[in-house]
Amino acid sequence: MKKVVALIALTAAISSGASQAAGVTLTIACGAVGQELELCKAGADRWAKSTGNTVKVFESPNLTNDRLGLYQQQLAAKSSDIDVYQMDVVWPGQLGQHFVDLKGKVPDSLVKSNFPSIVANNTVNGKLVALPWYTDGGLLFYRTDLLKKYGYSKAPTTWAELASMAKKIQDGEQKTNKAFAGFVFQGKDYEGLTCDALEWIKSSGGGTLIDNTGKITINNPNAAKALDTAASWIKSISPAGVTTYDEEAARGIFQAGNAAFMRNWPYAYKLGESADSKVKGKIAVAPLPKGAGGQNTATLGGWQLGVSQYSKHQAEAIALVTYLASPAEQKIRAIEGSYAPTIPSLYKDAAVLKAVPPFGSLYSSLTNAVARPSGPTGAKYNQVSQAFSGAVHDVLTGKTKGQAAVSSLATTLARIKGAGW
Amino acid sequence: MTKITAGPPATAPVRRRGIESARARQAVWLLLPTLIAIAIVAGFPLYRTIYYSLFDANLTSPDQAKFVGLHNFWFTTEDGIGIGFLQDPKWWGAVKNTLLFTVVSVALETVLGMIIALVVNSAFKGRAFMRTAMLVPWAIPTVVSAQMWAYMYNDSFGLIGRGVLGGQALLADNSTAIWALIAVDVWKTTSFMALLILAGLQSLPSDMYEAADMDGASKWTQYWRLTLPLLRPALLVALVFRSLDALRVFDVMYVMLGPNNAAQTSMTGYARLALIDNSLLGVGSAVAVAIFLIIMVIVVAYVTAFRVRFD
Repeated sequence: MKKVVALIALTAAISSGASQAAGVTLTIACGAVGQELELCKAGADRWAKSTGNTVKVFESPNLTNDRLGLYQQQLAAKSSDIDVYQMDVVWPGQLGQHFVDLKGKVPDSLVKSNFPSIVANNTVNGKLVALPWYTDGGLLFYRTDLLKKYGYSKAPTTWAELASMAKKIQDGEQKTNKAFAGFVFQGKDYEGLTCDALEWIKSSGGGTLIDNTGKITINNPNAAKALDTAASWIKSISPAGVTTYDEEAARGIFQAGNAAFMRNWPYAYKLGESADSKVKGKIAVAPLPKGAGGQNTATLGGWQLGVSQYSKHQAEAIALVTYLASPAEQKIRAIEGSYAPTIPSLYKDAAVLKAVPPFGSLYSSLTNAVARPSGPTGAKYNQVSQAFSGAVHDVLTGKTKGQAAVSSLATTLARIKGAGW
Repeated sequence: MTKITAGPPATAPVRRRGIESARARQAVWLLLPTLIAIAIVAGFPLYRTIYYSLFDANLTSPDQAKFVGLHNFWFTTEDGIGIGFLQDPKWWGAVKNTLLFTVVSVALETVLGMIIALVVNSAFKGRAFMRTAMLVPWAIPTVVSAQMWAYMYNDSFGLIGRGVLGGQALLADNSTAIWALIAVDVWKTTSFMALLILAGLQSLPSDMYEAADMDGASKWTQYWRLTLPLLRPALLVALVFRSLDALRVFDVMYVMLGPNNAAQTSMTGYARLALIDNSLLGVGSAVAVAIFLIIMVIVVAYVTAFRVRFD
């Protein structure tokens, strides 16, 4: 009898409002790249403390491909173990059906304060499946001290400039440091390479692999040339091992002072400026270079927070997501971890700009980032991305040439497309 | 045996059959829980895998599966596009690499394991310590040792990549990566092989060697004429175990190469890529069925060719 009363009381408490609910335990799945995990824990703890609930943080794998696999298994099994998922910007189309429609359940003003493009990305069939948490765009990190030492006054604006600068600096530095590399990026065969390669191709006028109408556009000379250019970096300005690097491997080399240039996401800035970093005070950030006849391009990244449909405590989970995606929380993450906010007004916030100066000048490059073709390809996006990164990897490792790669990739993509996306 | 049956006529065989059949019945009852457990944890998943291999199904919505027969294995569309996984060169690359990995690593592990077992089988001071110490690589979980080796192979700061090879990236290219992976597997599993062989060695009677010594047989002859033939059953069981393990290798590739490259290097990696990363439940299941068949054929070939007895 007592149990029944308690149950009724608990149900009443939950339905009457999350903040009064008597201590439920939620689980949030956060990434662990860079400072993500600590920041996620801290944010969740702040919410837990103020509401009297408990939040457990589930540490998911580093590689985004691995995370997706794990999430899919949890969601396909309709598991209630994880209440809140951190979702990559390319997943809403693939996983949307498993998430609660947040429209009407979170304050309209919060949704409206975000970049409309990201909100649109997270809306699947009229359903808002996730709230934007932070956005990402590829950036060029460089060593200010080394540029000065070798007589350069500003960051490179074209890929050719980057290659010649990196070569000169590398040749000079390798006299004293054999492990020094000119340029490091994400060359491992995984989603990260898809992002990097899309930047090379789009910035050289080669399009976006698949256009908005779903047409396969990769088989063109500009794209082939962009890949050949990237392949020419291997062993000249980039170590051969770059084809095995992910974000953290590249950051490790740059932060140890062993690289002049690095392509990475904004999170690497704050870590590079941290007390134990060997390059503290010597790094700066610029938009990624472009090819001849192209435009500066950054691939759109970023992470969202969604509430699982199978969560047993949806009201609390929605409250947690609302809290974490709020301007106040995004500001903390921007200041402490240089995670780019999804709320435009924060880019004019004095405290944010003081902590991460590049946010001011990179505003347009971060917010005009180009999307991967996850929209038009829907549930087949992962196969597309995997075929793409595989083909690019073959060019980088010298197994094939750009032109052959893009034409066979077009065939593979047609095969994946089958009757339609 | 014959004496006893000759004793009391007629009734005895009947009664013995009674006891035997009672024992057999008892054995069935004792085995039943195990059989049920196997049916639930192994039989049902196997049945579901075979079932889904005939369907076009998606991991995120398995309830919308559509029957397609053997299309997941081999099917050419009207436009001449092959969508069966057997038409994918990547799959055949994975098969080739897995077989190479299995043959080379198991061969090396057997030879090295035999040498180690013979050494720690002889009496010397600190033998117990050596036997424990040699198990350390085997005790480390594969994901941990694989990550450890991946760091060592790193071309920029790795002990091997930078220190020994002077900045070569072994893992960057699949054709060199396979040898790097074999090295990791040999490092890790040789001790397990040595342990199995050591167990076999310990069961050999010592008086046999004394007799051989008396007859003037050299250590070399003793090894080839006595040790090896008597060790054969234990050795073959160990070989079957290791080959099976090596054929379904997954974690080393996955940790050291990442999901996409692992799919080109191991059959199980290919299955995972199809099933999980691409959420193609049907194709992934079909690949799993193929792996099951390949392993079964190899085991049957092994067992019949070498007349391995498990009893």
